[in-house]
Amino acid sequence: MTKRQKNTLMRIIVSAVLLIGVIVLEKTTAWPAWTYRVLVLVPYFIIGHDVLRKALLGIKNRQVFDENFLMATATVGAMILGETTEGVAVMLFYQIGELFQQLAVGRSRRSISALMDIRPDYANIEQEDGTLEQVDPDEVETGTVIVVQPGERIPIDGVVVEGNSSLNTAALTGESLPREVMPGDDVISGCVNNNGLLKVRTTKPFEESTVSRILDLVENSSMKKAKAENFIAKFARVYTPAVCGSALALAVIPPVVLGLAGQGWNFGTWVFRALTFLVISCPCALVVSIPLSFFGGIGGASRNGILVKGSNYLEALADASVVVFDKTGTLTKGVFEVTEIIPAEGITSAELLECAALAESYSTHPVAKSLRNAVEKQLDQSRVGAVEEIAGHGVKAEVDGHEILAGNARLMDRFGVQYIPNEAAGTIVYAARDGQFLGSVTINDVLKEDTVEALRQMKACGIRRTVMLTGDAEQAAAAVAGQTGVDEYHSGLLPADKVDWIEKLLQEKTDKEVLCFVGDGINDAPVLSRADVGIAMGALGSDAAIEAADIVLMDDDIAKIPKAVMIARKCLRIVRENVVFAIGVKLICLVLSAFGYANMWWAVFADVGVMVLAVLNATRTLAMK
Amino acid sequence: MKKTYEIYVDCANCAQKMEDTANKVEGVAKATVSFMTQKMKVEFAEGADAPAVMEEVLKACQKVEPDCEIKL
Repeated sequence: MTKRQKNTLMRIIVSAVLLIGVIVLEKTTAWPAWTYRVLVLVPYFIIGHDVLRKALLGIKNRQVFDENFLMATATVGAMILGETTEGVAVMLFYQIGELFQQLAVGRSRRSISALMDIRPDYANIEQEDGTLEQVDPDEVETGTVIVVQPGERIPIDGVVVEGNSSLNTAALTGESLPREVMPGDDVISGCVNNNGLLKVRTTKPFEESTVSRILDLVENSSMKKAKAENFIAKFARVYTPAVCGSALALAVIPPVVLGLAGQGWNFGTWVFRALTFLVISCPCALVVSIPLSFFGGIGGASRNGILVKGSNYLEALADASVVVFDKTGTLTKGVFEVTEIIPAEGITSAELLECAALAESYSTHPVAKSLRNAVEKQLDQSRVGAVEEIAGHGVKAEVDGHEILAGNARLMDRFGVQYIPNEAAGTIVYAARDGQFLGSVTINDVLKEDTVEALRQMKACGIRRTVMLTGDAEQAAAAVAGQTGVDEYHSGLLPADKVDWIEKLLQEKTDKEVLCFVGDGINDAPVLSRADVGIAMGALGSDAAIEAADIVLMDDDIAKIPKAVMIARKCLRIVRENVVFAIGVKLICLVLSAFGYANMWWAVFADVGVMVLAVLNATRTLAMK
Repeated sequence: MKKTYEIYVDCANCAQKMEDTANKVEGVAKATVSFMTQKMKVEFAEGADAPAVMEEVLKACQKVEPDCEIKL
């Protein structure tokens, strides 16, 4: 509790005790009636002086129609009409509600900030005598070697120069599996060093490091307001004057009409009803709970490694119905792997693969790399003699004294090798030994493990249409589309064509539907910004993606997309619940009070009670997993 | 030029009022107030003197919301 809140709590306790004291006196003694009315003013001023002061200042600064004004008018009015105890009680409950709401909001705020508490306080620099000096990360120049001890957070992005360790990236990605690093590996600030001592040469200044960018992004996210939030702000601006007008009408018109009709003027009753009406109408429940819900939703999402750049994007994501994917690196791993080995008769798979890998052992081509990765045992490069690369065909190499050919069909044709054509989608490597065909190896970019499941979940949560856009050839695109089960695909696209397709898909959907584009941030920037919601994956360390996208997935786990949609929907559902609940209860109470069925106590519930319930409901967004 | 200031404001409605007020101050191109992070982000107009503008913003905000604070 802050000092101010403690102060309020004391005032609540003191005035509650005094109020009860006055009520007891009133029951047990028989002093003149006015004495109690004067006595009750003591707790009233203790509890309500700040509200009265703000109300007066508001009037002076022409900022009437806020909650202070409503409360001051209602309680002062009630006391003038002789309902002194009720007047004080209303003010008391109002303050209790306000305090409670402040505590709840403060707690949520802190728990989200704690979640985002990845800001490193210092960086260690080794001194000449071997001791470590702690310095402000802001002051570390690029290229400095910093020391990260076990249990410490890496303060600045850099490259490991010494030491092995496993890193905990949970705070950044929500991924609990530690990441192993060794000298030469890039490390990202914000990760926690689990066990070994690391020396890291920084590659960026602190303010451009991942951790600073993320904090900046999250802190600014609540600045971009959702439509629902803007609606409430506008709503409050129209609503409060409208309610005050109605209350005035309620205080004047019925008694005058009834009076003229000869049924008695009864101003007191109607003024009191009008005051009750005023208390009920206070819009705080909405004004407080809606931003809180969005803030909680964004906080919950970032705990899962999903960074949402603003409430408006969370809101849009909830209506996602068309999702467009990039292929390489998004649906697939973006890494080539051997997917099929077809040896010729009399040859084993291992033999074929080993020959091809040895022949390609000096090549840096991704295909060669994938062949080498597929061989289980260590390759002995000394077995390889002269190697001749034949551009556009493959390689001719001497392995164990034999002539090995490894390459495409054209290479086989060129050397007159009789081979069995392989029609599979992907890159095909044919191999031959001394002019005799050994078989073929299919190399493909493989799907991520959870792609199929993620797409199924997206369908299950109501994504109407999934589209894959790729620059790859028709055959490879068709294969991936078939495996993943996307609704449609378009292949052979240049980056500009992708934008055209997004335009076309945007036109084909209804206004209410939202189109999301998911890409890995490489060459995707125009498309990411053209889509309603641009989602960049695997953005850890990629500045371009963080800039261009609206939602950033810290790792490249595609299953985070349906999760993000679910979080957005839940958040929006809570917002709608609060809007309907608060406006509903208030409307009912307003009608009841106009007809005299609701007294001040109802009014206090309709104001403070509804607000507290709405705030509690909003804090549910924090618990989203 | 953009700058972020820490603020103290005790209700969301008040934060909204501060935002509206700050946006009316001369020299402010765009101001946003986040109740949740208790921060005010101000984009100053071309050639505006930030500290002087912020004095005005603070004055104007305290007029509509006597309890608010801005750490300048």
